[in-house]
Amino acid sequence: MKRYIFPVALAFGLVVGSMPVQASEGGALPHAGTNVQDQASLQRGAKLFFNYCVGCHSLKYMRYERIASDLGLTEQDVMQNLNFTGAKFGEAVVSHMPEASAAKWFGKAPPDLSLEVRAKGADWVYAYLNSFYLDPSRPVGWNNTVFPNASMPFPMWELQGLQTAVMTEAKPGEEARVEKLVLSQPGKLTPAQFQQASRDLTTFLEYASEPAALQRHHYGVWVLLFLAFFTFLAAMLKKEYWKDVH
Amino acid sequence: MANVFTSIGEWVNERAPGMMPVYRKHMTEYYAPKNFNLWYYFGSLALLVLVNQIVTGIFLTMNYNPSAAGAFASVEYIMRDVEWGWLIRYMHSTGASLFFVVVFLHMFRGIMYGSYKKPRELVWLLGMLIFLVLMAEAFMGYVLPWGNMSFWGAKVIISLFGTIPVIGGDLVEWIMGDFLPADATLNRFFALHVIALPIVLLLLVVLHLAALHEVGSNNPDGVEIKKGPKGNRWDALKPADGIPFHPYYTVKDLVGVGAFLLIAAFIIFFAPTFGGWFLEHDNFIPANNLATPSHIKPVWYFTPFYAILRMIPSLFGTAVWGVLGMFGAIALLFLLPWLDRGQVKSIRYRGTGFKVALGLFVVSYIMLGAVGAGVTAEVIPAWFGDVDVTFWENLFGRVMTLIYFGFFAFLWAYTYYGWEKTKPVPERVTTHD
Repeated sequence: MKRYIFPVALAFGLVVGSMPVQASEGGALPHAGTNVQDQASLQRGAKLFFNYCVGCHSLKYMRYERIASDLGLTEQDVMQNLNFTGAKFGEAVVSHMPEASAAKWFGKAPPDLSLEVRAKGADWVYAYLNSFYLDPSRPVGWNNTVFPNASMPFPMWELQGLQTAVMTEAKPGEEARVEKLVLSQPGKLTPAQFQQASRDLTTFLEYASEPAALQRHHYGVWVLLFLAFFTFLAAMLKKEYWKDVH
Repeated sequence: MANVFTSIGEWVNERAPGMMPVYRKHMTEYYAPKNFNLWYYFGSLALLVLVNQIVTGIFLTMNYNPSAAGAFASVEYIMRDVEWGWLIRYMHSTGASLFFVVVFLHMFRGIMYGSYKKPRELVWLLGMLIFLVLMAEAFMGYVLPWGNMSFWGAKVIISLFGTIPVIGGDLVEWIMGDFLPADATLNRFFALHVIALPIVLLLLVVLHLAALHEVGSNNPDGVEIKKGPKGNRWDALKPADGIPFHPYYTVKDLVGVGAFLLIAAFIIFFAPTFGGWFLEHDNFIPANNLATPSHIKPVWYFTPFYAILRMIPSLFGTAVWGVLGMFGAIALLFLLPWLDRGQVKSIRYRGTGFKVALGLFVVSYIMLGAVGAGVTAEVIPAWFGDVDVTFWENLFGRVMTLIYFGFFAFLWAYTYYGWEKTKPVPERVTTHD
């Protein structure tokens, strides 16, 4: 047994050694707390996405049919309540906004969100949704602390309310920075409710960026159990065969 | 049933009498030392991963579209619309990283127990060629999803050739077939990744094993069992410390396979991106020659060599030194059998100097990996606050680079001038399961 200690410790050390890096990748962002297994959260998030986001943003790799089957919705639910573009059930979620005019209006065409969570991380998306504030100096009147000078206006303001920035005092030679955001006009939801809503939306986008995550979790446990059993049998077989090695 | 197998065997044997001796030579009558430990699993595991990469790769090519316009979308198509496509792709992407994990451990085993030493120099050289081809194979495979890191990684790595004096610029253009990584680049990388390099890799693996089976395996004691006493239960003329590879090591390796697959399956099913180490965040953004990722860095298994490249400064108006240093870091590994002149193979009986040097070598390799992956650039300000990050990162990285190269210089001097104080090597292997 003793001779296994070093290699096992080495492997353990390598794994643990890589952990802080993963943790620090998100920087100081709050934890999104999403769970793609939570179907109710996914359904609420889908509703938010199709009410507030799809006007500008596509999910071009995501089909309506897949959303229905993964979120436990019927074809009727999806086609009546979520599909406002007249796309067929088997087609992908493509926004009706013409890309060329969108680029003219916002300075940049709104990006496709199919892989947003995989590219930026759930924590980033969650923080982004909570960090819009009014900024008259920007072309569309909005700014964001997580993604400064984002060209996107904040469509969910009626839910969250209006946030304004408290600025630090400008030191000579430096520009004033945002110290914190305050809710200057409440929205339809309380701050706690809005945090949950933005968490639901992030969960839906996390699902949209990797629908296979649901299958992974579903099969993963069984595969591991099978392999553990296989390894056990192999170890017994090895022990039996090696009895006569002297 | 047994009769059916026997008669099929006899039928084949009558028509191809040369096959049975080959099977015996490499399996049932290949006598391996009986004292292999945990470190000896990684050779067979590398073979397992190679088979996995080929099989999953075949299925991926069925739906992958090797064009700049279609590559990224076709990978998402595999992930979403192809039945079990996500599993095939994760097996391939996780397999790529685990390939390097097992190969690094396999190589470390070779250095630790002196497996590259006479008479196994050829085995080591062929293994190093496998490592070289594997790196080219992995680099080209990484470009195929045509994410933004694929694009920029390709651009940076290919432009390394641009540092070669005189022909550099034309060479870069020739490799890419364009002025930027583009359709032509993707097409040729696809051809090389799925046909040319795998064939070379398979041939080298066959030669690596053939060369090994001529001289026989080394072992944790570094004892030549062929020079030891003769006669075991199966053959009076074969080494006393040898046991038939099949069935003893086939059943033993099966245990290693099970444990390895447990780890692999855990990653595939529960952490396929491995926190951004195996599949990087920036590679979920399609290739865009106008948007440079904030930190261009290669995948983790290239980062030690990439760090050496970055840490060596430009001199005399050319950056070629960094490129030479990076390739030199690999070239020196090829030369190990001739740099290390010590007669004792295994670390168990080698001098303290070797043990310390090897430990430092491993530390420098891992730390260079951290520098190349941008870990130090994050850790230095996090731990030490408002300091000159570039200065301290360069200092740290250069010290680690010196230790990496210093290992080879030390190993040569240590053994050439006879400074090493070794312990007596036993006549027979000392342990077994």
